[in-house]
Amino acid sequence: MANKVIYAVYEDPELLKEGARKLVSNGVKVKDVFSPFPVHGLDPIIGIKRTRLAIVAFMFGITGACLATLGIWYFNIFDWPMNIGGKPSFNYYQNLPAFVPVTFEFTVLCAAHGMVITYLIRNKTLPGMPARNPDPRSTDDKFIIEVRTADNQGHSAEVITGLLRTTPVFEINERQY
Amino acid sequence: MHSEAAIREPLILGHKTYHDITQDIVGPIENKAPRGWYILFTIAALIAAYGVGCIMYLISKGIGTWGLNKTVDWAWDITNFVWWVGIGHAGTLISAVLLLFRQKWRMAINRSAEAMTIFAVIMAATFPLIHMGRIWMAYWVFPLKNQYGSLWVNFNSPLLWDVFAISTYFSVSLVFWYIGLIPDFATIRDKVTKPGMKKAYGILSFGWTGNAKAWTRFEEVSLVLAGIATPLVFSVHSVVSFDFATSVIPGWHTTIFPPYFVSGAVFSGFAMVQTLLLVMRKVMKLESYITIKHIEYMNIVIIVTGSIVGVAYITEFFISWYSGVEYESYAFINRATGPYWWAYLTMMTCNVVSPQVFWFRKLRRHLGFTFFMSIIVNIGMWFERFVIIVTSLHRDYLPSSWLQFHPTWVDVGVFLGTIGIFFTLYLLFARYFPVLALNEVKSILKVSGESYKKEAAKHHHH
Repeated sequence: MANKVIYAVYEDPELLKEGARKLVSNGVKVKDVFSPFPVHGLDPIIGIKRTRLAIVAFMFGITGACLATLGIWYFNIFDWPMNIGGKPSFNYYQNLPAFVPVTFEFTVLCAAHGMVITYLIRNKTLPGMPARNPDPRSTDDKFIIEVRTADNQGHSAEVITGLLRTTPVFEINERQY
Repeated sequence: MHSEAAIREPLILGHKTYHDITQDIVGPIENKAPRGWYILFTIAALIAAYGVGCIMYLISKGIGTWGLNKTVDWAWDITNFVWWVGIGHAGTLISAVLLLFRQKWRMAINRSAEAMTIFAVIMAATFPLIHMGRIWMAYWVFPLKNQYGSLWVNFNSPLLWDVFAISTYFSVSLVFWYIGLIPDFATIRDKVTKPGMKKAYGILSFGWTGNAKAWTRFEEVSLVLAGIATPLVFSVHSVVSFDFATSVIPGWHTTIFPPYFVSGAVFSGFAMVQTLLLVMRKVMKLESYITIKHIEYMNIVIIVTGSIVGVAYITEFFISWYSGVEYESYAFINRATGPYWWAYLTMMTCNVVSPQVFWFRKLRRHLGFTFFMSIIVNIGMWFERFVIIVTSLHRDYLPSSWLQFHPTWVDVGVFLGTIGIFFTLYLLFARYFPVLALNEVKSILKVSGESYKKEAAKHHHH
């Protein structure tokens, strides 16, 4: 039996969620959902875990803070202490207040860029990548559920489309792959 | 589904579908630009070209071509720098702070406000760079090992803090803006038919698919970026104010400067957003998305921040007397009654008195009046920086050195030039970029759209 991919097209995020609920409650595994904007409340239905990008940002931020501290200590305290306006330059701790702004900015710089680069790589969105959404309308006004028969050995394509037809679906497209 | 109180004014007027929103924003990009755009672009580009010429003249001759003298050794350049950085702050406030507060009205204006931020920060960064005189040595601001021995940059200096603050602010604002643009570029990519445009927007959209996991990540990244951009935006103008506040010049040496500068920045930034959006909504027919209510919300921000600025002016005046430091007192009396009284009066009138008229609902919802006021505030905030900088310097401790500042044509040309470059960039943005955050506006359509709200209210009464 050839593997099939089924696209169920909806016109509204609420209707799409109804469709996704129907499929999942009947034991059908949803491969993915494509939408023009985030559909809130969808992730628990189709079993998407919370992203760990915030943790990534935190780790990059900590790295930035450490690098800034180390750098400033090396440049202004260890390697070449400068006596400007009699400000204490002989140890890091006493000079610390003046080092807060740069440490803070560098922390933010590393956290933001580190997280964004990770985000782009994880999403496979990089300059020049080809578009991979199944239907150009999914970035305009259509909400699309993708189901693959290969993921659902227990259900035939007919059963799945039958289930979808009981929901307020706009159209159903099938493709071989 | 999340629903909203019927008493709240709708944020999207008329009956729109998701497809209408795409059409309204992508249509103008696909089609030929209106004539008004070409006229405005030509004017802006000419001024920009003149400005670039002035900057090149300045770099080739040196900053002696400015009107600076021995006493007033900081004037228009730093005034313009602070003015432009301040303008930039509204974009981040709208996209970051209002996101944290879950303000839905930000969605129609955040994209263009962020674009404004980025262009304004580019203009701001121009001034310290050209003020270096030898701009080709600009990389010396970074901690690099150099050929003159192991001399590093001074991390105690607010000028170096500025380098880190402005560059972090610029690059973080840029990625925040671009992260939001990616899904909208994908919408344009999937919509346009001309092969050249399809290819261009395909590259810009980074191959965005809009699958469920990507959107989850998108929302998390937006939230975290908003969370870290919020302290960042406050830090940036605080650091800018440290350039003055950490010095020992009477009139600059005040602890009130960071909050005073930040609220002034938001104040002037929102004025510039009004200037730009009032024209854009008309030319690009965005009246359904950028509604009178949006304009009113922004005017409320202007009156709040304008009042904070007013309180700050009066406080520093009072403290200069209360401190008992005669030089400090003189600096402020000289500001208000000395040879620069007209600049002080302009600042007070434009920033403190005139925004108070927005207490009248009719005036804050009046488009023509709002546009007029936005220009007034922009002028007032430029004068604020001029007053702080020039009036504090022009009379120092030695009366024989007291001098006035007279700008030269290079001073004027460079400043006008940055306005030209700014508007050129903004017009290019308005022409080729999605001017509304499509994905965000669509997400509030069923909750805050006029026809959907009416529908919901009908069901509610049954």
